[in-house]
This record gives sequence, structure tokens and C-alpha cells, in this order.
Amino acid sequence: MWIVKHRKVFYTLSIIITIVSIAALLVWGLKFGIDFKGGSLLEVEYANGAPAQADVIEVLEEAGIEGVSVRPTGESGYIIRTPFLSQDEYDQVKVVLAHGGQWPFEEKRFDSIGPVIGEELQTKSVWAIVAVLVAIALFIMFAFRKVSKPVSSWKYGLITLIALAHDVIFPLGAFAVLGHFARAEVDTLFVTAILVILGFSVHDSIVVFDRVRENLHKNQEKNLKEPFEEVVGRSVNQTLSRSINTSLTTVLALVALYIFGPEITRYFVLTLIIGIVAGTYSSIFIGSPLLVSAEKMQKPESAEKGKK
Amino acid sequence: MLGTRLFALFLLIVGAGIGWFSAGWWGVPAAGLPQMPYKLGLDLAGGTHLLYQADTTNLAGDVNEAMASLREVVERRVNLFGVSEPLVQVEKGGVSGQEQRLVVELPGVTNVSDAVAAIGATPVLEFRLEQSTGTTTSFAPTGLTGQYLENAQLQFAQSASGGLTNTPIIVLNFNPEGAEMFHDITSKNVGKPLAIFLDGALISNPVIQEAIPNGVATITGSFTPEEARELVRNLNFGALPVPIELVSSQTIGASLGDTAFAQSIMAGIWGFIFTAVFLIVWYRLPGLIAVVALLMYVAISLAVFKLIPVTLTVAGLAAFILSIGMAVDANILIFERTKEELESGKPLPEAIKEGFHRAWSSIRDSNFSSIITGVILYWLGGTAVIKGFALVFVLGVLISMFTATTVTRTFLTSLGLAHSKVANFLFGHGFGK
Repeated sequence: MWIVKHRKVFYTLSIIITIVSIAALLVWGLKFGIDFKGGSLLEVEYANGAPAQADVIEVLEEAGIEGVSVRPTGESGYIIRTPFLSQDEYDQVKVVLAHGGQWPFEEKRFDSIGPVIGEELQTKSVWAIVAVLVAIALFIMFAFRKVSKPVSSWKYGLITLIALAHDVIFPLGAFAVLGHFARAEVDTLFVTAILVILGFSVHDSIVVFDRVRENLHKNQEKNLKEPFEEVVGRSVNQTLSRSINTSLTTVLALVALYIFGPEITRYFVLTLIIGIVAGTYSSIFIGSPLLVSAEKMQKPESAEKGKK
Repeated sequence: MLGTRLFALFLLIVGAGIGWFSAGWWGVPAAGLPQMPYKLGLDLAGGTHLLYQADTTNLAGDVNEAMASLREVVERRVNLFGVSEPLVQVEKGGVSGQEQRLVVELPGVTNVSDAVAAIGATPVLEFRLEQSTGTTTSFAPTGLTGQYLENAQLQFAQSASGGLTNTPIIVLNFNPEGAEMFHDITSKNVGKPLAIFLDGALISNPVIQEAIPNGVATITGSFTPEEARELVRNLNFGALPVPIELVSSQTIGASLGDTAFAQSIMAGIWGFIFTAVFLIVWYRLPGLIAVVALLMYVAISLAVFKLIPVTLTVAGLAAFILSIGMAVDANILIFERTKEELESGKPLPEAIKEGFHRAWSSIRDSNFSSIITGVILYWLGGTAVIKGFALVFVLGVLISMFTATTVTRTFLTSLGLAHSKVANFLFGHGFGK
């Protein structure tokens, strides 16, 4: 099986992308949205064409609103981000934005999240990620508790976690880049996407590992001594079209959502697409070959056990 | 065989019926069925979502009761505002789940300032006892709050000569429960001052002269007649038992909601078409049947959204479209397995049977992991957006497990295909034979 055989090539490829992603994260970092930082976001659309961006910033600053960021959106609209606005400040912002009725606008949306809620969502997101990781690891160990030869079940769990980390680092890196160049923000939807990717990626790993389990079992019944490497290679091969096709249908649905769907979920969908492609890649090219590597690493030990 | 075919027919008819029910839209009811509209979240329908944090630190009584009363008062306020189908509910929030929050959803209201002002006009009324320890004076809550107020009246003080003055007096009439508490407090604390706090500020601190059994209290603050009149009106709409603070608000304009809704529907239709075309081109006959099962999946899901009812949001619809792509996973597992069994030399009917049988453990395990993710998201998600996503996601996994296995199997078996060259071609896949 060429995938297992050339595993070092795929390891290298993944390590390179991982390093690039981490570098992007270190250099640019992530831009957090208002649901984590707290703050206000106002989207307006000007009926008679938008006034100049600099003018909008100027009137807001004159009104004493600090830390304003104004980004154009659509044809004649702006997304205005500010620190958390009190009700009075918000009313004032709307007054100055209309500029004495010269710039009539429609308020498309206003989100305002207090710092308390922001902190709470941060904590909750971290907990959700931890809970999903633990649950998935436990579930995998449980699912593979009966497989102990030649690789014990906790190693299946560990390898799945490595694959999961791999799948999460890609979209994170992509977001560091998008955040820098397109001001993409990490918000609660992004965290949701990451968790869905985790679930999906484990999906893929389970199907392959399940096949390994079945093939090992069959060999045992038939008293066949097939090298572990070949069992894994055969299993990957048998599940290859399934892994690719499932991701393909999911990605097709997501592409429809990306092209035709609402603006608000666009980055969410993009995160999912990147993560799902990475997840499929890792379950085929990283997870299963790692299983073989794990077996090779413990070889001397199992040989000794054989002598006893 | 006849049984299976009858069951397949039954599934088709029921599926069509459910589809008919699901297709019933807002203005267009499905003929012959009760009209049930879908419930759209604020981000699709437009409206305002407000989240208030209640400060219960000074509350002496039962927290749940106070929150229930808070909810009632705010609801009365909101109704006054003339909103159709407002939602006001108590929510336990915070990381530990101990924070008391109040969620206010106002569909169609996009002027958040007016809504906040209307709710904010509700006064917080508290009675506290003055406690002096050494040089510091503090006020201990008595448990008697605006929650127990029956109504308030405006009167004017009498002058020494017996005529009315211009000094307004606010008369508070407690309900029976409040009257009892008031009697209790006043009888135990004769000679002590009883402080009256309005919106957190001390407005009057009269000394209790004697026990008051009739449940009537009077406030003589330094109000102008105008202020007094407004206060009485606000108190009669209800006084808040605890102070509240606006911690988060979201407003979606109707136009943005409409656009998001139309775009989601469009994305759903295209997502379905992309998936269906792929299934039929790649998996041929079983692919076609999977598409029928997928149609049933859509129909059943939509019907469930109506019946529960699930509040559909932008994220919820995204979850639904995502689930269309994921729902066929089980089918793909089964078909790949069937194809393998065929290749190993088994006759077609047996290969189909084995395909379903052997794919099951993978389907079960992988869907289980999706459900774990969904449930955790729902629990710890924090925002309505994520909860909406998680709910639809979990429902999708559960429903698709039924449609992709039972429905597909019933249809496939009821075709009763024997092992033949044509049948085998139809069960082949990819672009080969």
C-alpha cells in the first residue's frame, strides 16, 4: 500500500503545513470577535451612497467614541466596531452617523456584548473544546478496547488525538492569515466549526480503524499471519473511496452554502471546508500510517515478550 | 418480499405526506393539514435580543421566585410596547450556571433604544432596614420588594390647616403577602428607620412609629408632582424585585434577516442538487435510492422542526445544509461495502444484505461521535446561535440514521433485483463498468 509505504513523505508534508500554520499564528495571531472580547458592532447601509470612510471615523471620534474601526461592506455600507457601548453612547453613535440627516442610513444589525459575557463565552468555549476532546478520546478507547494486539487501544486514542490536533491547526493557521489580510475574526461560530471538524475527523479515523479491527479479527479467525503494516494498508485502501466520497458530499453541501449562503456564516463555512479536507487527509495519510509507526516502535518490546 | 414491498409503499406514502406537511409555508398551508408555520429566529425574521443580568446579591427572599416575578414585570412592560409574540425568559447563565439572567426577544423590533428604554423605565423598589454598627450605617434587605406591590397611588399631603398642599405623597398598597411582611417588619422594628430604595437610591428613610397591619405604606420624598406621577405610573406597571443590567444586545434589521433567509434556502437547494447529482453519477441505482432517502430525510427533518418546534436560525439552517451532506455518509458506507461483497463473489441480494449488516458498526460509532459533539455544543455552547446549530445538528444525525439505513434498505430490497449483469452494472460505481 503506497500510502503506508511512503508515510514519511506525508508526515513531512503535514509537518511543513503545521509549522507554517504555527508561524502564522505566532506572527499575526488571531483576531477575536466581539463575542469573546466584548464590544459593539454596528452594520449600516447608507441609502444615498456611503460617505467616505475617513469622514465616518472622524465624526465618531469627534463624538468621543474611542477605538473605532470602520470597514466597508457591500456597496454602500460600513461595519463599525467599537468597544462596548452603553445605551447612551449607542444612541449618540446613531445620531452622529446620520450627520444631521445628511447621511441617511439603515441600521442592518447591531451586536453588543458586555465584557462579562465575553469572558464567559471564552471560558465556555475552552470547556467545550476540552469536553469534546476528552469525550472523543474516551469513546475511541472504548470502541477499541478489544483490540490490544499488536497495538494497544490507548494508542489508537492517542493517534486519533494527534490527527485531531493536526486537523485543528490547519484552520487556525488559515484564520491567522485571513485575520491578517481579510480581518476574519475568531468568534463562537469559529469554535463551533472547530468542534464539528473534531467530530467529523474522528468519524473518518473510526471508519478506518474499524476496518483495521475487522481485518485483524478476520486474520485471527483464519489464523493468518499478515504483517500489521499490510493489514493497515489494506484497510486504508478498502475505506479510501468511502472517506473521500463522504467528505466530498459534505464539502459539496458546504460549497453551496459558501457560494449561495448568507454572508454571516461565510467564514464559518470556510473553516469547516478547510477542517474537513484536512480531516480526511489526516485520517488517510497520517492516522493510519502512524498506527504502523507505533507498531514498529514497540517491536523490540513485543519481541522480548514473545521470548518469555 | 410482498411485506417489504408493502412497507416500501407505506414509507413512500408517509414520506410524501410528511413532505406535504413540511412544504406548508407561512401563508400557504398544506391543503388538508393544520397550518403550522416554521419558527424563525430573530436573525432570520429581524428583531431584537436583549440579555439582562439580575443583581441578586441584596436579595433576601427566594431567588427563583424573585426571578419569576421579574420576568412577569418585564413581560408586562414588553407587552405594553406592542410587540407580537415577545419572549421573556429566565436563564441561568455564567460559567458556573449561578448567574441569574433574563432574556428578552422582541421580533420585529429593530429600534433597540426604544425597547431598552421601555424596559429600563421599570422601577426597582426595595425596603431595607438601617443598621448601625459603630460609625458605619448599612442597609439590610428585608425581603420586601416591589414584587409584593398591588398598586401605587398619588396623593397630596394635607397642610396643617386641613387643605391640600402641593407636596406629593406616593401611597403603596401591598398584596396580602406583602402586607403580612410589612406588618411583620414594622412590628418588630418600631422606632427604627425603614429605608425605601428606588432604583438603588435611598429616597426616604422614615422612622417606624408603630406596627402597620393594613399593608399601606406612604413615601414622602422630595418629588415634584410630575416625577411622582411618572413614578406611580411605572410602579403600577410593576416594580422590579431586583435591579437588572443590560449585558448584551443584538438587533437584526428585517432586510438583513430576509436576505439571510433567502440565501440559506438557495444554498440548501443547491447543496441538495450537488449531493444528489454526485450520488446518482457515482453510485447509479443505489445512488438514486439514496437520493429518495435524502428527500425523505429533508421532509422528516422539516416536519420535526415544525412540530417541536425548533427555532430556525442562520446557524441552524447552516447545520441543516451541512447535515444534508453528512446524511449520505451512512449510504456511502453501505454501498461501498455492498460493492466489496459483490467483488468477493457474493450474489447481489446477499451482498446488499451483508453491506448493510457490516457497515452498521461504523455507522453507529461515527454517528455517536457526532452526537457527542452536538450534545456538548448544546450544553456548553453559551449562545443561542450555537444552541440552534447544535440542536439541528443532533436532530439531523438521528433522523439520517433512520433514513439512510431503514429507508434505503427497504427500497433496495423491495426492488427484488436478482443477480444479473444489468443489476450488477447498476450497483457498480465510479466511471468503470
